[in-house]
Amino acid sequence: MTTLPEKTAKKLGLLIDLDICVGCQACATSCKEWNTGGYSAPLSDIDPYGRDPNGAWLNRIHSYEVSTPDHSRTVHFPRSCLHCETPACVTVCPTGASYKREEDGIVLVDPDKCIGCKLCSWACPYGAREYDYAEGVMKKCTLCVDRIYNTHLKQEDRIPACVRACPTGARHFGDFADPESNVSRLSKERGGYDLLPGIGYKPVNKYLPPRPRRDAVTNADAQAAAQRGPLTADGSKLDRLFKWADKMLTR
Amino acid sequence: MHPAYSVIFFTTSSGAGLGLLFWLGLANALGLLPDSSSFGYFSVGLGLALLTVGLLSSTFHLGRPERAWRAFSQWRSSWLSREGVAATATFAPALVFAIGWDRFGETGGIVAVAGLIMSALALITLYTTGMIYASLPTIRQWNQPLTAPNYIVLGLASGAVLLTALLAIFESVPVWAVWISIIGLTAGWGMKTLYWMRIFQEQPRYTVAEATGLGNLGTVRPLDPPHTMANFVMREMGYSVARKHANKIRRISVALAFVIPAVLSVVMLIGGGVFNIVLAVLAVVLMAVGLVMERWLFFAEAEHASMLYYGKSAA
Repeated sequence: MTTLPEKTAKKLGLLIDLDICVGCQACATSCKEWNTGGYSAPLSDIDPYGRDPNGAWLNRIHSYEVSTPDHSRTVHFPRSCLHCETPACVTVCPTGASYKREEDGIVLVDPDKCIGCKLCSWACPYGAREYDYAEGVMKKCTLCVDRIYNTHLKQEDRIPACVRACPTGARHFGDFADPESNVSRLSKERGGYDLLPGIGYKPVNKYLPPRPRRDAVTNADAQAAAQRGPLTADGSKLDRLFKWADKMLTR
Repeated sequence: MHPAYSVIFFTTSSGAGLGLLFWLGLANALGLLPDSSSFGYFSVGLGLALLTVGLLSSTFHLGRPERAWRAFSQWRSSWLSREGVAATATFAPALVFAIGWDRFGETGGIVAVAGLIMSALALITLYTTGMIYASLPTIRQWNQPLTAPNYIVLGLASGAVLLTALLAIFESVPVWAVWISIIGLTAGWGMKTLYWMRIFQEQPRYTVAEATGLGNLGTVRPLDPPHTMANFVMREMGYSVARKHANKIRRISVALAFVIPAVLSVVMLIGGGVFNIVLAVLAVVLMAVGLVMERWLFFAEAEHASMLYYGKSAA
């Protein structure tokens, strides 16, 4: 059914810390690796070694430059399905292939019902759904529904593949409906926010903003340093020691 | 948005077919149609054929066309599903109407009622098509009150031009048919002009700052893309057309879809006989080409919010 559940018992989702993401793409590769053999299998690639390689990925890592006249910084920005509370990608689906689970809020596509009309991807402002040209059906993040409840896996592996793979701990998985959960507390503490709140889909996934820069170097400092030119010998004792060491070593 | 040719062809073809069915049901109830069963059979048949060809071509852009029947199930929430249900439902009264007229020579009573139901369903189908686009908050050009009425008016206008041509071929062109063409074409032109004015005047709704939530830290611009070549999202949603080219296409489409058919219709009021058949058929052909161009622009000028992540600063 493509009508949305009135309320979901849980709101499982991801909390992504933009302060410590280093843009290593480990989450994206790990996602592709798991999901091409899991619920969404296969995640087809077209022309993977050719001129115009492309394929279905469920997680994409952008890097943005954020600049003011004084500073500029790089922010790595992972982007995947936000498992929204009221997503139009589900309601526009004509076949019932797209649905939101009542028990945990995960948004899924049933690959056996999808007709590949792509309308759900038109309805998603986050670009989170990717069509699989080879399979003819839509693919999207499953929040690793086949890992998180999988009793065949060790307890520490029962989290989404992207969270498991992140080497910096920038990705957190948990229940946003529970105010005491790890993700709820962290989100509250660090000001977790929604992407495009104005569109009204109520994303479950939240993003933690980058912290203020701790080094006080500004563009003005860098310019001043460039004007000063390279450091030259100042005739101090240390300087003479190095000069002596240099002479001895070049002998 | 990438203009998918199957969808462009579908909406123009089935739009004209539905418009034709609408006018046939209404004109019959008012006793305006010629007393010729072959006209009834052929004209309803053409309307249904255009609708069928359109529906079939719309399945060409599906990844799994063999599962298309599933699209009838989610009419509670999905405008696409509603369109499928309404379009298919139109066949039932249309067949009663055509068979009643052609086989039993009956155009009144139950056949007339079937005709009116057919008209109503055709109108509903045109509306559901428009709502598929109008209901998407991700595309500001479509998500506005003029989108659905545009689909209705363009369908009815092309249906009227088609009906005029059929009447010209089978009998002679009645003045009322020419007038609904002229009114439909003028309304279509006016509505489409308002649509274009609105999409160019309206400010973009979302920015890259809101898409990333990083706006409070400074100006956001893409540094490294997530992938080297275009992915599905960029191919499907990232299509854009230069304003200069778009304006050229717009002028040609307005001339072909509205202005020239309207002028030809006015000439038809003066002329007569075989000359009118040529004019009426010419109007149909030119309008079809013009509407395909209009529909192409409808897609090409639509900007999708997801492109904010791929370098567009506002959408």
